[in-house]
Amino acid sequence: MRLFSPTIRTIPWLAMALLSLPVAGGLAGVLAPALGWLPALGGNELTLEHWRTLVATPGLADMVRLSLSAGLASALISLAIVMLFLGAFAETRALALVRRLLSPLLAVPHAAAAIGIAFLLAPSGLASRLLSPWPSGWDTPPDYLFPGDPWGLGLIIGLVIKEVPFLLLMSLAALPQCQAQARLRLARSLGYAPVTAFAKAVLPGLYPLIRLPIYAVIAFASANVEVAMILGPTTPPPLAVAVVRWINDPDLSMRFVASAAALLQLGVTLAALGLWWLGERLVASLSRTALTGGRREAGDRLWAGAGGLATLLAVLLLGGSLMGLVLWSLAAWWPFPAALPSPLSYHAWQGALPGLKEPLTQTALIGLAATGLSLLLTVGALEAEHLRHRGMAAWAELVLYLPLVVPPVAFLFGLVQLQVQAGLAPGALAVILAHSLFVLPYVFLSLAESYRRLDPRWAQVAASLGHSQASLFWRVRLPLLTVPILTAAAVGFSVSVGQYLPTLLMSAGRLSTLTTEAVSLASGGDRRLTAVYALMQLLLPALGFALALALPRLLMRHRSGVLNP
Amino acid sequence: MTSLDAFSPGGTPQTSTEHSAGDDLATGHSLILENIRIDQGSRPLLSLNTRIAPGEVLTLMGPSGVGKSTLLAYLAGFLAPAFSGQGRVLLNDRDLSRLPAETRQLGLLFQDPLLFPHLSVGGNLAFGMPRNVSRKKALKGERKATRQVRGEAIEAALEEIGLAGFADRDPTTLSGGQRARVALMRVLLSRPCAMLLDEPFSKLDASLRHEMRSLVFTRVQRLGLPTLMVTHDEADAKAAGGPVIELGAQY
Repeated sequence: MRLFSPTIRTIPWLAMALLSLPVAGGLAGVLAPALGWLPALGGNELTLEHWRTLVATPGLADMVRLSLSAGLASALISLAIVMLFLGAFAETRALALVRRLLSPLLAVPHAAAAIGIAFLLAPSGLASRLLSPWPSGWDTPPDYLFPGDPWGLGLIIGLVIKEVPFLLLMSLAALPQCQAQARLRLARSLGYAPVTAFAKAVLPGLYPLIRLPIYAVIAFASANVEVAMILGPTTPPPLAVAVVRWINDPDLSMRFVASAAALLQLGVTLAALGLWWLGERLVASLSRTALTGGRREAGDRLWAGAGGLATLLAVLLLGGSLMGLVLWSLAAWWPFPAALPSPLSYHAWQGALPGLKEPLTQTALIGLAATGLSLLLTVGALEAEHLRHRGMAAWAELVLYLPLVVPPVAFLFGLVQLQVQAGLAPGALAVILAHSLFVLPYVFLSLAESYRRLDPRWAQVAASLGHSQASLFWRVRLPLLTVPILTAAAVGFSVSVGQYLPTLLMSAGRLSTLTTEAVSLASGGDRRLTAVYALMQLLLPALGFALALALPRLLMRHRSGVLNP
Repeated sequence: MTSLDAFSPGGTPQTSTEHSAGDDLATGHSLILENIRIDQGSRPLLSLNTRIAPGEVLTLMGPSGVGKSTLLAYLAGFLAPAFSGQGRVLLNDRDLSRLPAETRQLGLLFQDPLLFPHLSVGGNLAFGMPRNVSRKKALKGERKATRQVRGEAIEAALEEIGLAGFADRDPTTLSGGQRARVALMRVLLSRPCAMLLDEPFSKLDASLRHEMRSLVFTRVQRLGLPTLMVTHDEADAKAAGGPVIELGAQY
């Protein structure tokens, strides 16, 4: 047991290395080919030739514009929805209800949500069926382009639907940290109407705490591939999708251009973050006098109404997408404008089952391995905080967000190049490590609060009873934290299940998971089969959350103090 | 009755600020707690029936868990859903118990000073001050004048609590006693009609406690605010000099 403390102390460094080395190495791995250096493909001299080719690509400006607008607009809309919701429903029962629904919502993979939105809002989707033939008067599907509208609106809707639960979760975790309840009560006792009180007293304290998650959202949205492939415009597509196309081009020399484009994507994402930062400055300086102007009520009802409406709309979109997926997977014949398919059949499910086995197993195995590794590192890093009596340094938190802020398409492609150079075979191990890059931050974010907040007196009691640090860890801390640890594992598993790009790139397209299958089916015409895969993609993480909820209740049913701390 | 001359040192009426004469403070009314009863689920927690005269400080004493803070939460309009409260809270013939928290005009002084870290000391005081210009009048020149008037009022208020020139300071650089004084002034500037004190001195050390007590109680008396104080410190009750109600652990 003497090994306990040294082992634990090395884990934070391992975690840091796992998060930062692949990102840094990956970026280096695209830098060289972007400048013409890739001996495996005959690139032996430094040149700007490939940048010239990239700049000459038709539609490049549109690609960049789409990436920028998707990133900024979706983050802005999501943030507005979350803040309006919190402002309108702070201190109400609605908030408690939403808090409970949040984790499962967060578990919906991006691709599944995007497919659901596509099925809901397409010309022959559930939404237009419900409006037809009355009141819309449509007997045939209306003529509009969705998904894939040229402005990227579908893409933005798809991103918003997934970003709102994430930002809401991060905000709910941050609210107690900024003493939101006390601030709100103070402001209201000074006469401020509820939403105004939230905006003037809570928001200025809350925003700095959720700034990093917001930056992660902007970065994700400006560089996302799978949502853009399903909902985004195709000619030209957003930049990240174009990069993936060039990577997969049979003409291997396109990899030079792909490398240059991957670096451009990094620049676009940084530009989006920079623009947002400027916007922050502007808002801060414009609102300075308003904060202390003494106005007690500023359109309170209007804002509260907007908050309610936005929430309702988000819930309707999510619910409608889910309904659409279920109906399509059970549809035998579903002519427009019938609201329901008839007859219903299990045909699509029966047909899909034999093909599902392989991707289902792969998804589950990769997910379990990546989650296990991430959980190990997370618990170790948090336990090290206890041993050192010191919290995480500010720079360490930045490292945690590194894989979430640097566009994956940029550094993953670099890793692929390095893999090729080093002669390593692409496969499951590389995929698991790449998944861990994205799973680890979420597991950490989900567990850290509970781990740090655990009453320090438990440790003091155990120590005074003669228990070592190791014994304290195994026999006190871990059992007490069963529920949050399992929840974090479920979150991590759901993140892994939803990964598209790491699986595609690190296995060189050889591993098929539920997500890669669902994304490639979505571009085809078989809605029934696509719906089955999207639902499976949803069911697997849901199963994880169900287990995380049920297991402790089963195993510790006579220890209700652990279940409801 | 008192006007806002309480805010000027030595009682000199401040006529140059927005708090000039003619601003009638709604003081001189009693706070009546009529058949207040608070239940936790089906378990009765406490009941109270009393009247607090203008300028009087009623002290509620009792061990923790007896529901003192819950009572304050009910009066202020923040009762948690786990509790239910009934009974009328009357101030100047107005029943407050059904009104939203922000319209009750009950000044709440908490255990912690809760100065907003995103605002300066002066900004915290300005946060408490009412807005005094209707939007129609807010032309550019007037707005500037308003800002100046507000600035002067803040400076006067700071001077009164011995913090002249502190307006631009970061609240985190203040000492505990200074923060408590700013918090008190912020409540008073919002022109409450009654005060609710939630163990306001329990986090101060002994010497500061004495100073804060006299500061709070003289202000409350001079402004004629009926005041309800919750505490478990008998010295608080003694210093307040008003009636004391002891809440025992019931059931």
